[in-house]
Amino acid sequence: MSVQTTDYTVSEIRSPAAFVASRLFIYGALIFWAFVCLFPIYWTITTSFKSAVDVTQGHLVPFVDFTPDWKGWRSLGLSPDSIFQTSTVRDEFLKRFMNSVITSVGASGLAIIIGSLAAYGLVRYRYKFAWFKNEDISFFFLSQLILPPVVLALPFLVLYREVALLDTRIGLVLLYTLMVLPIVIWIMRDQFNSIPVELEEAALVDGLSIWGAFFRIVMPIALPGMVAAFILAMVLCWNEYFFAALLTSTDAKTIPVMVASQTGSQGINWWSMAALATAAIAPLAVIGIALERYLIMGMTAGSVK
Amino acid sequence: MAEQTSTANAWPAHPADLIPAGRRRLGWGLLALATLGLLAIIVVQILYKTEMSTVGFDTWRPVIYAYILWGAALGAWQVLTRGEDGQRALFLLPALLFTIAMVIFPTLFGFYIALTDWNLSSFSGRRFNGLDNFWQMLADPYYRNALFNMVLYVLAVLVEYVIAFGLALLLNAQIRARKFFRVVFLLPLMLSPVAVSWMVGKSLMEYRFGPAATLARHLGWDNPAFFSDPITARISIMMLDAWTFIPFMMIMLLAGLQAMSREVLEAARVDGATAWQTFWQVTFPLMLPVSVTAVILRIIFKLKLADIIITLTSGGPGGATDSVSSFIYREYRDRSNVGYGTMLAMAYLVIIIVFVTWLLKFASRFVRNVN
Repeated sequence: MSVQTTDYTVSEIRSPAAFVASRLFIYGALIFWAFVCLFPIYWTITTSFKSAVDVTQGHLVPFVDFTPDWKGWRSLGLSPDSIFQTSTVRDEFLKRFMNSVITSVGASGLAIIIGSLAAYGLVRYRYKFAWFKNEDISFFFLSQLILPPVVLALPFLVLYREVALLDTRIGLVLLYTLMVLPIVIWIMRDQFNSIPVELEEAALVDGLSIWGAFFRIVMPIALPGMVAAFILAMVLCWNEYFFAALLTSTDAKTIPVMVASQTGSQGINWWSMAALATAAIAPLAVIGIALERYLIMGMTAGSVK
Repeated sequence: MAEQTSTANAWPAHPADLIPAGRRRLGWGLLALATLGLLAIIVVQILYKTEMSTVGFDTWRPVIYAYILWGAALGAWQVLTRGEDGQRALFLLPALLFTIAMVIFPTLFGFYIALTDWNLSSFSGRRFNGLDNFWQMLADPYYRNALFNMVLYVLAVLVEYVIAFGLALLLNAQIRARKFFRVVFLLPLMLSPVAVSWMVGKSLMEYRFGPAATLARHLGWDNPAFFSDPITARISIMMLDAWTFIPFMMIMLLAGLQAMSREVLEAARVDGATAWQTFWQVTFPLMLPVSVTAVILRIIFKLKLADIIITLTSGGPGGATDSVSSFIYREYRDRSNVGYGTMLAMAYLVIIIVFVTWLLKFASRFVRNVN
């Protein structure tokens, strides 16, 4: 299921000149797209070190065009000279950051637990719930994927007000779990399907219960898949904006909502905006680069047979 | 629930568990107790909220706790009365109870809200007004415009698909630093669309000093305003969204390319096919099933498009970039009328279900014919 490297050329190369031309084209295109992917990130990071003049004159290269300065980070209270001083902006930022961490980790964790259990049951056992069989139950779970957030948003706004979950992290965790559950079930079904059933048979013969076999034998084998599903769910929850914007106001605001609300009366403070954006994208960029293998594994689950 | 039966399909059936009658009674008793408790709390709350009684809770939250307890009792009942079969049912129960509580109930409630005139910020509360919202919706030019925009946004998926296929082919060619390029190409998918669209849309593409605007001037576009006329604004939004989601399709297509057998390509080459012919007559048809999956998943995500529009243009200029979700969001933010907003959302849900069902049918026939 993971993406391996294969060593063959797609096209047959007929002459040296054509070979060079095709190489040039391939690397040209690769470098062009790498530039497209990286330049916005480069722009965001460098802007956080610019002053107003550097932004409005469109200076691009640090140390050549402009002298970097901790201005953006100082306004967040995160620059070297301000990090030990008290800063209300930093407290605010850390609070939002923690909200994002708690909601995305909590929702991904909850989704992995109930999603894996359901996926395992659906793969290994036959259920009949009134006239619903396994295929119908699977379809019920996966069909949640097409449900647009906007359909649930307003009813949840009213319901959450009634149950005092508006503007709480628990409320967001529950909604995000619902949002990523179909994806988790999709990935984990694929994982459990690839585990030979003989392993569990042997465990049952050895006297383990059904749940014992699941925890001791199946889970360790399916762990990479769980990591993959967890990371994919994390990415989706961390970047979620729509529900967070509607359902939180002061306490449970997450990082994307804080980023989106950065307009002052004097226009936008680009340096602090850029520092905030950098801080918002940095954790996932690091996780993504470090665990890219799992991310790819999660995205390709079930699509290639 | 009582009709639920499950049997192991993978190994020989176990001898029926011998469950003592006392254990069975305990299970039924527990379930009955929990059901009564849940119903009692609901009744008490309804009486309290309709001011027919003075005993009750301020919020409905205890009902949630009662529901969780009821779910636990349901699980215990399964295990106590049905032994090993009950243990198997226990795998499915949490996800099922969770999804039913979080989707079915709010959706049904949503259909009710859609039939009311309910302004959250006024004190008058909700007022049932039948199909008024529906007639208002049919006459709403902005909603129609948002639906039309969704058609355009969905069509843009085809362009994204072509680019993603090209990138997948590039990554699949014999290149150096493949892992580096793969990580870099994947990066946009992981970054918060809100943060990126702020930095890209509002500063990189800013009219006066943004590097993208400067570049456009150098390329001969005198007036590079990316968000001021309807067509360029739509294209800008499409590009920003594509930037985030192209890696998603690219990775699926790349996995498809790498799962393809080498022998077929070798055979095509031996037969003297050019690269162009090989692609159109071998690679592309073989990739169709993966392509269809990738495009459908992408369309499903596209139908939810909202965040970059809300943060970047708030639908402007003049509703030209509105998606249905962002339009409903603004409709609620501006007027706090949940009734009308919900009606729009429910209509959208029906349209989506019809469209996606048709799409899946169409796609499955399409794929089968090719194979």
